[in-house]
Amino acid sequence: MATAEEVAKAAERRDVRDRWLLSAPALLVILFAATGPLLIVLVYSFLTPGAYGDVKWQFSSDAWTSVFLERDIFDDTLSLAAAHVTIFWRSIKLAVVTTLATLALGFPTAYFMATRSEKTRDLWLFLITIPFWTNLLIRTFAVLQIIRNEGIVNTILLKLGIVSAPVQILYTDTAILIGMAYVYLPLMVLPIYASMEKLDFRLVEAGYDLYATRFKVLRKIIFPLVKPGVIAGSILVFIPALGAYVTPSVLGGGKNMMLSNLIELQFGQGRNWPLGSALSITVMIIVMVALLAYVRNAGKSGVRHG
Amino acid sequence: MASNFSIKHQPGFTAIAATCFVVLYLPIIVLVIYAFNAASSTSEWGGFSLKWFQSAYQNTQVIDATLRSFQIGAIAAVLSTIFATMAALATTRTASYPGLTFKYAAINQPLMVPEIVTGVALLIFFSRIKIFTGYSGIGYLVAAHTAFCIPFAYLPIRARLENMDLTLERAAADLYATPWKTFRRITLPLLWPGILAGLMLAFVISLDDVVITEFVKSGGQDTLPTYMLGQIRRGITPEINAISTAFLLLSVAIVTLFFFVSRKRD
Repeated sequence: MATAEEVAKAAERRDVRDRWLLSAPALLVILFAATGPLLIVLVYSFLTPGAYGDVKWQFSSDAWTSVFLERDIFDDTLSLAAAHVTIFWRSIKLAVVTTLATLALGFPTAYFMATRSEKTRDLWLFLITIPFWTNLLIRTFAVLQIIRNEGIVNTILLKLGIVSAPVQILYTDTAILIGMAYVYLPLMVLPIYASMEKLDFRLVEAGYDLYATRFKVLRKIIFPLVKPGVIAGSILVFIPALGAYVTPSVLGGGKNMMLSNLIELQFGQGRNWPLGSALSITVMIIVMVALLAYVRNAGKSGVRHG
Repeated sequence: MASNFSIKHQPGFTAIAATCFVVLYLPIIVLVIYAFNAASSTSEWGGFSLKWFQSAYQNTQVIDATLRSFQIGAIAAVLSTIFATMAALATTRTASYPGLTFKYAAINQPLMVPEIVTGVALLIFFSRIKIFTGYSGIGYLVAAHTAFCIPFAYLPIRARLENMDLTLERAAADLYATPWKTFRRITLPLLWPGILAGLMLAFVISLDDVVITEFVKSGGQDTLPTYMLGQIRRGITPEINAISTAFLLLSVAIVTLFFFVSRKRD
């Protein structure tokens, strides 16, 4: 005879089994068309490039060596691959500056939204959500039309006589920066707003009662309380900015490559799939480091919202 | 201190916020206006005209790419929403069990990896399968889109489920409803707004994708965004503005619907 305890245990086991069956389709699709292939990239990064793309099944660590180094064709010495280092540096720099720019603009915007009346808040949220769900390519294209030499920005500058010739913005790093800040701004605003909405303004009032200045209240009360939102927003902007493909393709022209363009090149004209794979893994490692820093930071700042 | 001292005021914040909202919308408005430009350049205004919409409509490549986008988006959205609903049912309203954290991590994994990396990974993996099976149809795109739509569909469904307690389902079970009947009559109707929101999110995400599609597609499998990227790289005509405008209208309609569906419950 089964005791009540055994029956309960069997029921629990059945429940867990059912829950695995229920989640199986989602897990299998992701394993097949997202996570699994990442492991193949890792394998490919240790193979030899084939003559017409793809790979030869022969172990080689050349791809990893050439991520940052290049071999001299005459005397076989290794030196820093200047082109790759430049592109890595540009990508990381642009991603960091984009994150800071969206933070500088997004924080006050989120604050503004969160301090509106209950009713109008939804409207502001709606206004920030529309660009968020609007096609990224279309938004990048819209920026392209604004900053072109014949675009509205240059037309106005010329008409006002501020400049005598159109300012070349398009196809520069500045253009990529403007484009990325523009398309990723909602990704910064939304999580900060989510934190800010729960902010207890009685704490702010207490700060003023104790003769804190506005800046001090901002720095010592508001900012620490919404820090989780700030960190989440920064991660949400930094990851896609680092791997951005559309923005540099459209606004950067051919010369100002970012990491994604360099990777694409290896699978196109470069015909060096192992190097492309090694570069992809490197991008992922950078992202993982950023995510780990986030998790550690989020764990440390013990501020919780009710 | 002055009596009208506002504790919520911060100097300059309102100005920055106003600038942000203007800057967010200005380029889009300019883009839409130039879609109605009679001139064939995108820098001078030649009067109002619908000719670029007409020319886009008569462009078979555009229509072809649009239909493919809708087809992939519809299949991927439905599949990912069904899978995400099942996964959400399996991962909410329970005590922690072995593998639960793993499931969260696995479902959200596509969000953690830059699109370019996923695109490259799928290019390599699918090109192997293509050689192996000889099949090079639209299935690869559908599989890829379904995978990256799952975490997006999962979000609102899980959020909705977490706000539903088990009281009603237990009551149904007490009244001898079968588990299936309980699910169909109680859980599903209550969960429906979350499922709809997930479906719409998944559809929009699929329609928007450029990077992964660009790497996975075979020749002649352009979706609307990849077709547009190709055109923009070659030089721009107001036809792209017209296509963008139509696309924008659709996105705004879906977002509006989403907003109402997900807000209505309170």
